[in-house]
Amino acid sequence: MTPFTSLEAPACPLGLANVDTDQLIPARFMQTPRAEGYGKFLLHDLRRDEAGAPKTGFPLNDPRYAGARAMIARKNFGCGSSREAAVYVLVDSGYRCVIAPSFGDIFSSNAIKNGLLPAIVSEADADALLANASIVAGGALRVDLAEQTIVAGNLVVPFTVRTDWKQRLLNGWDDVDLTKSFARDIAAFVAADAKLRPWARPVAPDGEN
Amino acid sequence: MATPRTIIDKIWDAHAIVTRVDGDTLLWIDRHFVHEGSHHGFGQVAARGARVERPDLTFGVADHYAPTRPNAVQSPEVRAMVAKLDANTRTHGVRNFGIGDPRRGIAHVVAPELGLTLPGLAIVCGDSHTSTHGALGAYAFGIGASEVAHVLMTQTIWQSRPRRMRIRVDGALTPGVAAKDMALALIERLGAGYARGCAIEYAGSAIRGLSIEGRLTLCNLSIELGSRLGLVAPDETTFAYLRDRPFGPGGAAFEAAVANWRELASDDEAAFDVDIAIDGAAIPPTVTWGVNPEQAAPITATVPDPDRAPDPLKAEAWRDAIDYMGLRAGMKLTEIRVDRVFIGSCTNSRIEDLRAAAAVLTGRKAVVPGLVSPGSMTVKRRAEAEGLDRVFIDAGLEWADAGCSMCVGMNGEEVPPGERCASTTNRNFKGRQGKGSRTHLMSPAMAAAAAVTGHLTDARPLLAGRRP
Repeated sequence: MTPFTSLEAPACPLGLANVDTDQLIPARFMQTPRAEGYGKFLLHDLRRDEAGAPKTGFPLNDPRYAGARAMIARKNFGCGSSREAAVYVLVDSGYRCVIAPSFGDIFSSNAIKNGLLPAIVSEADADALLANASIVAGGALRVDLAEQTIVAGNLVVPFTVRTDWKQRLLNGWDDVDLTKSFARDIAAFVAADAKLRPWARPVAPDGEN
Repeated sequence: MATPRTIIDKIWDAHAIVTRVDGDTLLWIDRHFVHEGSHHGFGQVAARGARVERPDLTFGVADHYAPTRPNAVQSPEVRAMVAKLDANTRTHGVRNFGIGDPRRGIAHVVAPELGLTLPGLAIVCGDSHTSTHGALGAYAFGIGASEVAHVLMTQTIWQSRPRRMRIRVDGALTPGVAAKDMALALIERLGAGYARGCAIEYAGSAIRGLSIEGRLTLCNLSIELGSRLGLVAPDETTFAYLRDRPFGPGGAAFEAAVANWRELASDDEAAFDVDIAIDGAAIPPTVTWGVNPEQAAPITATVPDPDRAPDPLKAEAWRDAIDYMGLRAGMKLTEIRVDRVFIGSCTNSRIEDLRAAAAVLTGRKAVVPGLVSPGSMTVKRRAEAEGLDRVFIDAGLEWADAGCSMCVGMNGEEVPPGERCASTTNRNFKGRQGKGSRTHLMSPAMAAAAAVTGHLTDARPLLAGRRP
C-alpha cells in the first residue's frame, strides 16, 4: 500500500451530507475491470445533467478544483454499500484524503486499504473549511497525518483518525504480509478452536463433498 | 467472578487470535460468502499468485447479477460477471451455488436456510447487508474487496472492537406492523449514521416475538442505521429454526451446539456503551419519502416541509430529496402515486414476506406492474407449494426467479428513469434501482397494498380479517 504522510494540493469543497456509495459510483459501472481506471465514474450521476453534460456549479466540475487531492464533505460520507469501488473512484481521480465530520464504517476501512485518509473533523471545522476563502479559490490545503492537522491559509484545523489506521497509512503496511507473520498464532488458534467449537465446521450434506 | 460480557464480546473473544498494542485484533472467520462482485478480491489473490486458504469455509453464491426474469436477455458484461464467479470458485475448489443450483438465491437468504449461518459464528461477505446473519446470533459484517482478498488468503481479518449498543424494543407490534416497519421507524428516529462504529444487540420482548424471518429483516437494515452488524441472541425460536438444516450440525452434535449457543446471551450485568429503549406497540407502518432511509414517516403522515426543518442543513437535504422524488411538501404520503412495485431483496423475500404480500393480494388486482422475486429457489418452491405464486400471478404481478434483482439493478432489472417504485428493499438512494429511479421503502404488505391501489397505502384495512 502507498504510504500517506502529507499532501499539499487544492481541495474540492463538495459540502454534501450523506454522500452514499451509490452516488460515489452507480452500480452499473462496477463490472469494469480495475485496470481500466475508475476515476471517470466519480459521482457520475450527481455531476451530470440528464443529457450527460457536466453540471455547471457542481464543485467537481469547477476548474478551480481540477487538481484537487482532498475532498471536503459533511457527515456520514460513504454510507451505504461495502463496494470498495467507492474508494477506487476517488483514488483513481487523484484523491488521497476525504475530510468530513463522519464516515460510513466500511468506507473508512476500505479507504485505509487503498491509502486514502478519512480525516474526521468537527461539524464546525467542516463548515469553516467549506467557507474558507483560500480553499474556495482553489488554493492549496495542507494535510499532515503525523501532526493530524489541516492547514488552509491562516486556518488550522485538527482531525482525528484511528490510531491503528494512522500507523498503517504512515507505514504503508501490507495487511496480508502482517497477518502471515502471525501464522503460528493462527495455527494454535485453529487447533484449540476445533475442540471448543466442534459444531462450527460446516457439514456437507450426504453424497456431497 | 468473571466480568459480565455482552454477546458481542463473547463472540469477539472466541475469535480473537492476537491483539496488537494499537488495539487491532486478528479475528478468525468461520464462513466467507463470495458473489459475482467479489471479482476484485479474487483479482488481488491472483495478483499475488496466492491460493484460497480455506475453501471449505468459503461459499460462492450467484446473486447480484443473476437473471431473475425467466426470459431476460442479459448483456454479455452481466453474464460475464456470473461466469467469473464460476471460474474463480472452480479454480480455488470453493463450493458455488451458481445459476444451475436448485438451492441458489441471495446469499443472505440462502445461508440461513441451509444452516451455513449459525449462532456464535463470525461471518463475512463483500456485501454490507451481511449484517442479516446476525438474526441467528452470528457476528456477521460486510467487508470491502481488499478485506475479501485478505480473508480469502488468510481466513482472518483485522478489526478493532466495536462499541456496544443495545436497542431494546418491548411491547408487541400491533397488527399489520412488521419487522420492516420497526427497522424503518428506528432509522427515522435515530438517524442513518446513529450506530456508526457500534455493534448492535437487538433485545426486548418485541424482538423475542419476531420470527427468524422478521429478525433477518431487522438485522439486515442495521447498516442503514450505520452499524456494520446487528444481532439477536439465539433463543428457542433460533434453535427450532436451525434443527435439521442441510449444512448445520445434526443429532448429538446439534444438542451439543445448542448447549454452547445458550451461553452466548449477554450476561445480566453486562454494560453497553449505548443503551436505548423503544416502545414496540407505538411503531406505525412506516414508508420512506426521500433519498435516504432516515427520510421516513408513518404512512398516515405528510411529506415534511423544509421550512420547518430543525436546521438549515436538514432543510437543504429535505428540499433536495423532495425535488428528486418529485413530491410536494405537505402532501399526504397516501397521495403519492406509484408506477410499479418490487417485492424481493435480502431484506424482504422470505416465505413470510411473500405470505404477507399475498394476504393483501388474494382476490385483488394490481393496478400497476410489479415484480415478485423470491429470495431463493428454495423459497420459490415453497411459495409455489403454498399456491402463493397463483395469488401474485392472478393479481397481475410477475413471478420471477431468485436474486438481488431490482433492488440494485445490476442484473439488468431496473426501474426506468423518473419512475416511482414501491419497494421492499433496503436503500432509497438516488438511482439505486436504476438511473433516475425513485424508491419508496416499505414492508411486503405495504408494497402489495400500493400495487392494489396505485398509491402509497396503509395496508392495515386491506389486511382486516385476513391472516398473513
